[in-house]
Formats: sequence, structure tokens, C-alpha cells
Amino acid sequence: MTVTNPPVGAPKAPPVVRKNRSSGAQRRAVALFIAPFGLLFLAFYAIPIVYAIVQSLLTVEREGTFGAPRQVFGGFVQYEQVFQDGAFWASVGRVMVFGAVQVPIMLGLALLFALLLDSPLLKGKKFFRLAFFAPYAVPGVIAAIMWGFLYSPSLSPFGAVTSNVDFLSANLVLWAIANIVTWVYVGYNMLIIYASLLAIPTEIYEAARLDGASNIQIAWRIKIPLVIPAIILTAVFSIIGTLQLLAEPQTLRSFSSAINSTFTPNLAVYTTASVPNYNLAAAFSVVLALATFILSFVFLKSTQRKVTQ
Amino acid sequence: MTAAPATASKRPRGGGPRPPREDTARGPRQSIMSRSAAMLIMGVFTLYFLTPIWWLLTTSTKTGGEITSTAPLWFTANSFGTFFNNLGRLFTYNDGLFGRWLLNSAIYAGIGALLGTVIAAMCGYALAKYEFKGREAIFNIVLSGVLVPATALALPLFLIFSQANLTNTMWAVFLPSLVSPFGVYLARIYAAASVPGELLEAARLDGSGEVRTFFTVSTRLMAPALVTIFLFQFVAIWNNFFLPLIMLRDQVLFPVTLGLYAWNSQISQIPELRSLVLVGALVSIVPLIIAFLALQRFWSSGLGAGGVK
Repeated sequence: MTVTNPPVGAPKAPPVVRKNRSSGAQRRAVALFIAPFGLLFLAFYAIPIVYAIVQSLLTVEREGTFGAPRQVFGGFVQYEQVFQDGAFWASVGRVMVFGAVQVPIMLGLALLFALLLDSPLLKGKKFFRLAFFAPYAVPGVIAAIMWGFLYSPSLSPFGAVTSNVDFLSANLVLWAIANIVTWVYVGYNMLIIYASLLAIPTEIYEAARLDGASNIQIAWRIKIPLVIPAIILTAVFSIIGTLQLLAEPQTLRSFSSAINSTFTPNLAVYTTASVPNYNLAAAFSVVLALATFILSFVFLKSTQRKVTQ
Repeated sequence: MTAAPATASKRPRGGGPRPPREDTARGPRQSIMSRSAAMLIMGVFTLYFLTPIWWLLTTSTKTGGEITSTAPLWFTANSFGTFFNNLGRLFTYNDGLFGRWLLNSAIYAGIGALLGTVIAAMCGYALAKYEFKGREAIFNIVLSGVLVPATALALPLFLIFSQANLTNTMWAVFLPSLVSPFGVYLARIYAAASVPGELLEAARLDGSGEVRTFFTVSTRLMAPALVTIFLFQFVAIWNNFFLPLIMLRDQVLFPVTLGLYAWNSQISQIPELRSLVLVGALVSIVPLIIAFLALQRFWSSGLGAGGVK
């Protein structure tokens, strides 16, 4: 699972070079600057999406039992299958529950740590910043391998705990994964929020302090409202990441039999593609990408309205 | 959205304490209590974040049998020798397959992120510094690209590449990794904030071509953003799991994460792989930790640009 760190809403148009001076040379330069990214984006973003949509509208037909398979236009046949696929929707429900619990906990911790780093209470801030961020350098697969050993009753250094509580059982394994994801990404989210805390001009706090505000009041009334855009940003990317969960559950499958081949939506896509049933897998992918896009877009829009009110 | 790299770096970072006035604002007793509480919280979570990495380090210095039979979070008497012995076994197992995986990861992530950064920087720069028809449309497409997660594209990309008979080649993982919409977004913000239009006008009056101005003047001003884009794209490619998982069959082409995943899922058949997986996990996260530490100054201000609204 990879989460990057992008935007909240479209930025205002920055000041630009005046148009009346835009000569042929400039237009050529623009074309030259944009062409490489444009072509790659087209080839590896746009066309695959279109191709997946086309594939999802096809279906495989055979002449008799042993006839050669051929693809024919099937309309929404694959989508009917997607919507009737209980295992797929169970996996969507599972990651929704996961996100509803894990994302607030992770971002709450990230906010708490960022506020503490920004407060006068701590010593050794640089150390804490690095220590908390270090897990971000651990790829999801490696993190899952490490925690897989730490969870397993026989190999764990915390055998006293893991022999009594089976973190890899069907009941707990989802939260075992939640812990891995939290472990990896708290520090990253903390840094984004912390960076935006650092950008708040100190004069605001001094004015508040003259009015007799305490540290906690300053954090609650001034700092948190001002970093809400950064929190929204981290939330959107956590939501996207959650819906895309794959590396951690797939890796943990060798530690836990409780994770089946359709545990998360992306695992279902992978399993279906391995059958191989590419048309159905393409339909899963399209539905998943669309759902992710809509969910993060709606979240962005709805929170933006609240912030500007 | 205003990018604030400049403001963010003006404030003291890390250890720099706030004016001492803050400390005396409240009673000293309460201050000591809240200080201790803050340090306690951070201390406990430092253990949470670092213990798994520490465990990985100590475990890498043990033989397969010692992993379960010795104190888990400490070294053994002959740890030093065992560690190098483990390293030797890691790099010689299966004709040095692990070294090949590391090299593959370095190619995918190192060269991929380097090229990807240049491509994204050119595009973001053109979007920020030139006015042309379709500029907003292009930027909006890039922004929606940010919201479409890379994993959702893995299957469509696989379908496209199999049409061209290019699955199971390095290109299949390398080429799609070059595209970073988030990089374009960050480059645009940073170019708008840090490359003054007057400077470009002056360069034009001096007769410098647009492309030359970009590579000699503008990239220098955008350096912190470029390092940030590079690092995050590097991490994204290094951690990418779904794309290589679905594209590659030949072990020799695997990146290190996929390779370790493959070994990890064979542990039950080949128990000697267990200690190799753990040493390999340690070795595979070292390059990322070094990169983050070495380039810390750049990315911490670059993060501010992406996260601050």
C-alpha cells in the first residue's frame, strides 16, 4: 500500500507569464515540457483505464464445451456478476469497517504527536520525529513479514501475549493488519500535520496568550482548526489506501489461514485475474477505482464546504 | 492553495525551543506534570515504533534455531559472526538471487524515480509558469490522476502489456512507475512559489532559450521540491507490490519486496528460508532509511509544500 501526499482542492492559478509575449518559442517549450509526462500518462494511466472498461464489457463465449473461446460484447454481464458476488462485497464491507476504525485512530495519534512536537513540552524533538517516521521506510510486505513473526504464537518475542491471544485468528486478523498499517503510516501523517503547524505564524499564539489562553486551549481553538486542511489531506489518502489494501493481507496469508483469497477487494481482483477471468477482474477493477474516486472526491468536497463555512 | 516552503523553513525546526515565555505562562508544577505526561506518551510510542525494527536487527544476528531459543530482543555471544554468516548465506542462496533482487529494486526505484522526477518537474513547471490553452484542463486531469490509486491500474496495465507481449519483462514494471501525477502537482506548486516570473523574463531578455532556462535556473530554485518528489516516488516504486506481483513470473526480474514475499510464502516447505527472509528484510530497508536520513533537510520542507493549504 502506498500513499502519497497530494492536494486539497485545486490551487489558485499562480501568476503566469503574460500571454502577449508568448511567442512560438514559448509554445514549443510548453509542448516539449508537457509531452513526456503527457504521453506516459496517456499510455499508462488513461489508455489502461479505457481498456479495462472495454474488457469489462466483453464476455468469453465457447462453441460447445471444447470449442475455442472467443470474446464477444456482453454489455453489463460482468457488472451483473460483480453486483451478485457476495465475496467481493463482503471484502468491500471489510475494508470499510477497517477504514472507519483504523483511519480515525491513526490520524488522531498523528495529530496528537504533531501537537506535542509543536508544543514547548518536549525535549529531543528531532529524535522523536525520526523514530516515529522510521517505519515509513519499511515496505508493506516487509512490515507484514515482521509483524507476522511478532504475532505468531511460536516465534514471537512476546510469546506470553501471543500464546494467549491469537492475533492471527479470524476474529482478530483484520485488526492485526490495522495495527501494521497504523505502525507504518502514523509517522508519515504526523509529519504532514506537523509541517502545517510549523507554517502557522507565531504571532497568533502570542496574541492568544496575552488573552490568557492555556496551551490546551491554543491547541484546541487555534492550532487544530488551522491544520484541518492537512488532516483532510491525510484522511483522503488514508481512505484511498484502505480501499486498496493488498500487500499486508496477501503477505500475512502465509502466517494466518484466516485470510482467504477474497479478503480485500484488491485480493479479489488478483484472485479473479489468476483464474484467469480477465473480464470479470477488469469489471472489479473498474468498480473499485470508481468507488475510490467517488469516495475521496465526495469526502474532499463535503469537508471543504465545512471548512469554508 | 498557497505553498509555504519558505515560511515553513523560517521557523526553527526540530529541537529549536519556542520562546521561554511559554514555559512560565502556567504554574511550574503543572508544567512539570504536563511535561512528564508528554514525554511519557512519546516514550511509550517510541518503543512501539522502534521495537519491531530492533527485533529485526537482533534476530538477523541469530541462527535459525537461536531465533526461538534465545532472548528475543538481545544479541547472543556470537552475534557478530552469525550476522555475517547470515549475510553470506543470503547473498549466495540460489546463485545470488537476493543480490539480483536488490539490483532490480535499485533500477526500478532509482532510475524510475529519477526519470519520473524530471518528467514531472517539466510538466508541473510548464503548468505553473506558462499560460496556454487547455492548461486548467490538463491540471484537472493530473489531479484526478492523483485520486486514482496505482493499485487500481495494476490489472488494466497487465492486460495492456499482455497485448504487447511485454508482461514478465522489466519494462512492465519500470515504464508505468515513471508516471507520478502527484509529482506534477507538487512541482507546479513549488514552481509557482519559488521561480519568479521576472527572472524568466530577464533570462528571455538575455536570449536564453526556455528549455535552457529551465534546466540551468529553474531546477536549482526548485531543488527541495525535486528531492521530495524523487524520494516519495522512490518509496512508492520500492514499496510497490501489486504491479510486480501481477506482471512478473520470472524470479530473476523480481524487486526485493516481491522476492522476500515469495521466499516468505515458501517457509513452510523450506524452513531454512526463515532466517534468510529476516536478514533480507533488514537489508532491504537499510537503503530507504539511509536515503531518508541523508536527504532529511530537503523532504521535511518539501512535505510542508504539499501539506499546507
